[in-house]
Amino acid sequence: MSEYLKAERAQEWREALRKSIKNKDRITIPRVKMPEVDPVVRSRTYDEVNLGLTPELAVNESHRCLDCVDPTCITGCPVEINIPKFIKNIERGEFLEAAKTLKETSALPAVCGRVCPQERQCESQCFYTLKLKKEPVAIGHLERFAADYERMSGNISIPETAPANGIRIAVVGSGPAGLAFAGDMVKLGYDVTVFEALHELGGVLRYGIPEFRLPNDIVDVEIDGLKKMGVKFETNCIVGKTISQEDLKAEGFKGIFVGSGAGLPNFMNIPGENLIGIMSCNEYLTRVNLMQAADPESDTPVYKGKKVAVVGGGNTAMDAVRTARRLGAERAMIIYRRSEEEMPARVEEIKHAKEEGIEFYTLHNPLRYEGDELGHVQRMLLQRMELGAPDQSGRRRPVAIEGDTIWLEVDEVIVSVGVSPNPLIPQSFDGMEVTSWGTIVVNSDTMQTADEMIFAGGDIVRGGATVILAMGDGRKAAKAMDQYLADAMI
Amino acid sequence: MNKIVSKEYLSDRVVKFEVEAPLISKSRKAGHFVIVRVGKKGERVPYTIANADVKNGTITLVIQKVGKSSQKVCELNVGDYITDMVGPLGKATHIENFGTVVCAGGGVGIAPMLPIMRAMKEAGNRVISVLAARTKELIILEEQVREYSDEVIIMTDDGSYGNKGLITAGVEKVIQREKVDLCVTIGPAIMMKFVSELTKKYDVPTVASLNTIMVDGTGMCGACRVTVGGQTRFVCVDGPEFDAHQVDFNEMLMRLKAYDR
Ligand SMILES: Cc1cc2nc3c(=O)[nH]c(=O)nc-3n(C[C@H](O)[C@H](O)[C@H](O)COP(=O)(O)OP(=O)(O)OC[C@H]3O[C@@H](n4cnc5c(N)ncnc54)[C@H](O)[C@@H]3O)c2cc1C
Ligand SMILES: Cc1cc2nc3c(=O)[nH]c(=O)nc-3n(C[C@H](O)[C@H](O)[C@H](O)COP(=O)(O)OP(=O)(O)OC[C@H]3O[C@@H](n4cnc5c(N)ncnc54)[C@H](O)[C@@H]3O)c2cc1C
Ligand code: SF4
Ligand code: SF4
Ligand code: FES
Repeated sequence: MSEYLKAERAQEWREALRKSIKNKDRITIPRVKMPEVDPVVRSRTYDEVNLGLTPELAVNESHRCLDCVDPTCITGCPVEINIPKFIKNIERGEFLEAAKTLKETSALPAVCGRVCPQERQCESQCFYTLKLKKEPVAIGHLERFAADYERMSGNISIPETAPANGIRIAVVGSGPAGLAFAGDMVKLGYDVTVFEALHELGGVLRYGIPEFRLPNDIVDVEIDGLKKMGVKFETNCIVGKTISQEDLKAEGFKGIFVGSGAGLPNFMNIPGENLIGIMSCNEYLTRVNLMQAADPESDTPVYKGKKVAVVGGGNTAMDAVRTARRLGAERAMIIYRRSEEEMPARVEEIKHAKEEGIEFYTLHNPLRYEGDELGHVQRMLLQRMELGAPDQSGRRRPVAIEGDTIWLEVDEVIVSVGVSPNPLIPQSFDGMEVTSWGTIVVNSDTMQTADEMIFAGGDIVRGGATVILAMGDGRKAAKAMDQYLADAMI
Repeated sequence: MNKIVSKEYLSDRVVKFEVEAPLISKSRKAGHFVIVRVGKKGERVPYTIANADVKNGTITLVIQKVGKSSQKVCELNVGDYITDMVGPLGKATHIENFGTVVCAGGGVGIAPMLPIMRAMKEAGNRVISVLAARTKELIILEEQVREYSDEVIIMTDDGSYGNKGLITAGVEKVIQREKVDLCVTIGPAIMMKFVSELTKKYDVPTVASLNTIMVDGTGMCGACRVTVGGQTRFVCVDGPEFDAHQVDFNEMLMRLKAYDR
């Protein structure tokens, strides 16, 4: 454990808390249940499903945390949030201090508390999971609680910024990577401008993840905070198209951070995939989230299928299928070629989807589609699968059961089989080294690309990843770019 | 927010706008388009950049009223603002000295043809323009077309102006008369389909500029996908211009009806 963590843990108030309740009592407390909107009610509205913990529930849950000598939970968090410190602050009722602790390392705690795959990160490394074989401390729920408490208290701490140094920095893309980078750079005194291709800010947080999981208000608050700190935002501006790499240099930008994401949708290239009513998950979610197509006042149309199949098993697929349900689908179905165990989606999303009546066709893979005389999709042919030997990723590979196929009636299909890196920047910038997957190559310690003044992070470097990893990249890049610019000035 | 600096009716249903967009006017090339959104509830809709004035920092759009969204743009007046505009999008037209180029533009497709015509002319091509529309009022921008063309042939369905007949008749006349090295066609999908079938018969290489349904216009959604040479391509980033002889126009025509209201 680092000296810093040790020193923090040794503080008097922490010791007092540890003594106040015996560990053997702490471990008997059952894990908190997140209050949720009733599934029948919520599958008709866009309101957030999770209601959040009350202060009583949060404090109660915080008692479970043992403030371990070796807090293994921290190793499970990609940005190494000081988890026991923030939880113990909740335990002693210092909720604003808890929020401050989160902000020491995380730029978007209200977002990560909601969307992190905790069961695979921090919570998977909790003492409870590892040693006691019990349900872990609800770190994600507590994180969300502290961040929401701060936001709702109206006492949001706007971090202090160093005196302006006048050095201009450009950020490409306003997703979590770009926002986290911008936040750290503006704190260091840089003059930061974020360029965003779309007409709204937030990247996937805005156009991808739906309101019922991550309300737009929360993203707005984060962006407002950055604006107050002095970050400038230019929407409707595509770097590489509207302005070029040379333009940026000519305008005096001394550093560029690329956080342009993995926006390119994959299709399966099977017969009939271009029929009307079959679309990518990005198209579907963009229409509904960014263009608000479900609002009758909106000019953007969207299909409201009655029998909707969503192909895939990730978070994106879960978001799409649950959105379809809310738009009135009588049957909303997940078609996934592996079994539920292999699904990459967050466990909570799968649970919520099931409660909302989503049907799961696991071990099924689409072969082709057929439509009516006008070209509207009518049915899809599914191949039944079984699990074979594990593949390179360690997941058991699905294999077709010869001759075992079924037709499924559908009137809308959403293809959610992954995304590829956005090719705009790799194609339009000179000096980028790009992998055969289309991701930008960086030094993983500094996030610096082959062009010294350009750094990159998030999905454009990792392919599809997570919010917290994108954010962590942004912060790492800010630190390294600051160092690089300081060295360059000497 | 982009300010409208001039507005002119080219016909009852076709409006020409000049809009402030300094960055776009500087970086755009022939064949590029923009995505436009009017009002907070508006949809994102593509329009070709018909011209640009770098000095004044403006671009020209020529818009035909078809449905709700084009109507909304056309209702804007000088001094009003377009809520959102992003571009330039798409790949620029491939311009070189091919020899003789036939530019076959139908209806509002004449507007996006203009910058291509001009660039082809400046590259040293002999430019023959075939303009077609249902009736005389819908033949737009004739004067400007004449400026960049060696010859202009006009076709109307009802014979109210120029020759009576479809665009294909005009194009075929030229092909039968002389060697044509390239045909560029822009207009309604059904028109481009017939032009393409004709030029295929005569083995004249042909480029069509496709006007599919779009959302983002940056390759993010796949709404604009078409089949070209048996492969799925995205019109907004791989196009909008493709080898017309490889385009599955029937599929494109079908997909254009996806949101017919
Ligand atoms: C539907 C969906 C659900 C998800 N659910 C979860 C979840 O529950 N938990 C989780 O951890 N992760 C989830 N993810 C993944 C997560 O959202 C991404 O890993 C993360 O957003 C990546 O952040 P980023 O900053 O790299 O890119 P993005 O969020 O993709 O942002 C990139 C931004 O850059 C803009 N841009 C691109 N090119 C340019 C250019 N040339 N000029 C200007 N702007 C440009 C784009 O318009 C976009 O706004 C989900 C993803 C999706 C699609
Ligand atoms: C690259 C490109 C360049 C174009 N250039 C021009 C131009 O210079 N001048 C011009 O007049 N027209 C141009 N168009 C066509 C123009 O975009 C459509 O006429 C317009 O979108 C029609 O919208 P509407 O609501 O007025 O019509 P409607 O016919 O009522 O549209 C019905 C519905 O279909 C959908 N739709 C149809 N076409 C499109 C589209 N292209 N993008 C998004 N949604 C669509 C919309 O969802 C709309 O709600 C271009 C199209 C493309 C793809
Ligand atoms: S940021 Fe994510 S991984 Fe880290 S502690 Fe919070 S919920 Fe866990
Ligand atoms: S491992 Fe679990 S119990 Fe231990 S400090 Fe971390 S959250 Fe608390
Ligand atoms: S318009 Fe979305 S990919 Fe082309």
